[in-house]
Amino acid sequence: MKYETVIGLEVHIQLNTKTKLFCSCPVGFGERPNTQVCPVCLGFPGVLPVLNDNAVRLAIKAALALNCSINPVSTFARKHYFYPDLPKGYQITQYDQPLAIQGFLVIKGSKIRIRRLHLEEDAGKLIHTPTSTLIDFNRCGIPLIEVVTEPDLTSPEETVAFLQELRNILRYLDVSSGDMEKGHLRCEPNISLRVNGTEGIRREIKNLNSLKNVFEALTYEITTQRALLEAKEEIVAKTLLWDEVEKKTRPMRTKEEAEDYRYLPEPDLPPLVIKSEEIEEIKKTIPELPAERKQRFVSDYHLSEREAEILIKDKEIANYYEQLVKFIPDYKLAASWVINEVAHFLNEEKISITQFKISPPRLSELLSFLHEGKITQRQAKDVFFKMVKEGKEAGGIIAEEGLAIISDISELEAIVREVLKEFPSVVESYKKGKKTVLMFLLGQVMKRSKGRFLPERIRDKILEHLG
Amino acid sequence: MKEITELSISELQEAVKKGELTYSDIFEFTAKRIIEEEKEVRGYISLFLEEAREQAKKADKERNNTLPLAGIPLAIKDNIAVKDKPLTCGSKILSNFISPYDATVVKRLKSAGCLVLGKTNLDEFAMGSSNETSYFGPVRNPIDKERVPGGSSGGSAAVVKYGGAIAALGSDTGGSIRQPAAFCGVCGLKPTYGRVSRFGLVAFASSLDTIGPIARTVEDCALILQIIAGYDERDATSVPLPTERYLPLTGKIRDLTIGVAKEFFTSALSPKIKTVIEEAITELGKVSKGVKVISLPHLPYSAACYHLIAMAEASSNLARYDGVRYGYRTQVHTEEFKKIAQYEDPLQVFYEKTRGEGFGRETKRRIIIGTFGLSKGYYEEYYGLGVKVRGLIKGDFLSAFQEVDVILGPTTPTVAFKLGEKKDPLAMYLSDIFTSIANLAGLPAISVPCKRKVDNLPVGLQIIGKPCAEKEILEVAFAYERL
Repeated sequence: MKYETVIGLEVHIQLNTKTKLFCSCPVGFGERPNTQVCPVCLGFPGVLPVLNDNAVRLAIKAALALNCSINPVSTFARKHYFYPDLPKGYQITQYDQPLAIQGFLVIKGSKIRIRRLHLEEDAGKLIHTPTSTLIDFNRCGIPLIEVVTEPDLTSPEETVAFLQELRNILRYLDVSSGDMEKGHLRCEPNISLRVNGTEGIRREIKNLNSLKNVFEALTYEITTQRALLEAKEEIVAKTLLWDEVEKKTRPMRTKEEAEDYRYLPEPDLPPLVIKSEEIEEIKKTIPELPAERKQRFVSDYHLSEREAEILIKDKEIANYYEQLVKFIPDYKLAASWVINEVAHFLNEEKISITQFKISPPRLSELLSFLHEGKITQRQAKDVFFKMVKEGKEAGGIIAEEGLAIISDISELEAIVREVLKEFPSVVESYKKGKKTVLMFLLGQVMKRSKGRFLPERIRDKILEHLG
Repeated sequence: MKEITELSISELQEAVKKGELTYSDIFEFTAKRIIEEEKEVRGYISLFLEEAREQAKKADKERNNTLPLAGIPLAIKDNIAVKDKPLTCGSKILSNFISPYDATVVKRLKSAGCLVLGKTNLDEFAMGSSNETSYFGPVRNPIDKERVPGGSSGGSAAVVKYGGAIAALGSDTGGSIRQPAAFCGVCGLKPTYGRVSRFGLVAFASSLDTIGPIARTVEDCALILQIIAGYDERDATSVPLPTERYLPLTGKIRDLTIGVAKEFFTSALSPKIKTVIEEAITELGKVSKGVKVISLPHLPYSAACYHLIAMAEASSNLARYDGVRYGYRTQVHTEEFKKIAQYEDPLQVFYEKTRGEGFGRETKRRIIIGTFGLSKGYYEEYYGLGVKVRGLIKGDFLSAFQEVDVILGPTTPTVAFKLGEKKDPLAMYLSDIFTSIANLAGLPAISVPCKRKVDNLPVGLQIIGKPCAEKEILEVAFAYERL
């Protein structure tokens, strides 16, 4: 039997706005419960929603970057259900006329179609204690976009790659932080197995708060569904919860979902009309996106695909790199330093590049020494650590410690002459063809110069003398 | 000198300026009337007399007060938010709720200097035409206490009628300002949808709800409307157009053509009311450009259409009353609750009991019907159909207003009926048959008392205008009042 994995995604993304979608409460994270609330987001009697223009702008920006077409008129709708974290008894969302439709993203050459992108408000949060359930309404009314893909994804790997690319785009656009751990990006995949071309039963997985969980849950579910199919057992459509500890999925609801949300066109909000000029204006604010940037890094800086990929992953790191190469034209060297030394340091310190103290010009000074062969790679690393620890400049550290590989050719010249003079027999044997003695001479020069010359330089110099 | 109830607000202000009256006199007069009448009429759910008395005294001290409503005692329907005051909506489920904010209209009235005397009784969540569905008991018509004052703004109309407030705010979703105004013999104006901000009006049917004044004279309606009307950024459905100047009213309607829709004059209309209305139209015909008979072919479907839409929206709007954050909550510690919650989802039981105990019979009926009308598989047949018919009704008016400037007709098919007379909900729903069309089409409409009564009970003449043509209907009403 031939099994094909079919995955579609529903992704909820929190927009980077200062205030909520329908009221002026601030959007925060980790604030004291129920401090970022007002009568509007608490659903008090008599209040009305007023749409946050900035949320609309961010949603359009995201939609354009995902190659969607923007509906000139979209509408809001009420989605009804009773739950204590939903103050109005309905969520304001978009239903039959979403903000944007028919987009796509290209992931490693395959086109993943995006069915729709719409605006909606977030619900509050329930906090369960052993004796009670508490409600925090701070998150209530925070603007979200929901992105729904077609079932075009074919593997857990591809799904993760799609989510990474999506998150990267959102970060490049400043539309969302995309932090899965903070719940700023939540993804609910649905997965089925197509058997010999026949569509299978879809199951939805919830509670995935990291890419690792997405990968593991999908992999687990493929194995499970396959086992069921091979045992000729029926797959039941249900919503599953991923158990991070047990590393398995379990059904979420016992009742079968014949849920009826009784969608009602939202009478409190007029249709959202987007003029084409507005779209054009927002288009202008869209920066170069990760995919384009990667291509440019490969072609302009002659980097490998892999190097470019790593650099563009973080917009700020890519910016740092581009600043750096303005001062040091050795693109490869700069890339290798940013990818290795700088990134490792940031990782260890758990800081972002924007908090990194060594500015591109300062790092470029160090790299120039390296590029010109004045110091060795090992020395450069030492200098780098002194720079981050002591806040000194590369030039200063190198001068102080006498590290600089003496560029003064005359000094090297003098030492080489001295050594050759001291070991005439060795010189003789070299001239007779015993090339290996070169290493001995090289070692002697290095010893006397305390390692301040590059070995290649010394080698060249000796060879120059030996003819 | 005239009685306080015979003076308009501007005349009262004039009298205070001349020193013939004080604001305290006006207040004490209304307070006295309240004490005399409230035991039977029960127009108020809450009263803030001491606070208002102090405010009246303060207004007297600031003699050069030029605010249009300085020292004028007003009543506010209890589904409109007044900061730090109860906001019960005539329901048990909100019987303990205090509003933390002012509705936009209340903010504007307060800035104009008014005193808020109290919150008036209403049908629960404004759902009713007789004021009998209030958790706080029915309101009685001050003209004949065996009769209903109409609804849902029955309390507002009743207290204005007996002198328990100079004017009041009501809300009108299908006739809830105009019908009680007609039953109580006062003026009530329902503005164009969006002309007056709904922010702070507890929603019943959001696409139909409006706030408007109930007063003894057309001029007072115009004055209150002037203050509360206008764009509000807190209401996304509010009309972003500047407000016309409604005052002074001239009563000159020579260049207006009066339309009479034949569909109003059917067998549903009491023959005696028919005669009174026809007389009024004839009289107005003489001072206007003329009378023209027009047709609103979809009027017969308006009541059905109205109830489909209003109930669906109500079922949605009333979902927030769940006992979680505020309002009435079922006792979860009772033996009964614990017993049921053993076998069923306790959260589900909590909702069912809270809402089951908190809402009255009529409200529950409408929530259930509305929920049904929005359900999967029924949406197109019910709510969806209502929306379609609504479009046709709007179209009817659009073509009618090509020929005429205002449309005249009766406000109600009957005069005020007796308490308990209409037990069949369907019969009750028909009280709206002439009023709900204006809500469906979003048009302004006013009800003014006719010159002649029927069986000693007042009759309302309804004047419907073009969108945002409040000035025109006020002029026609004013012209009629002065005939």
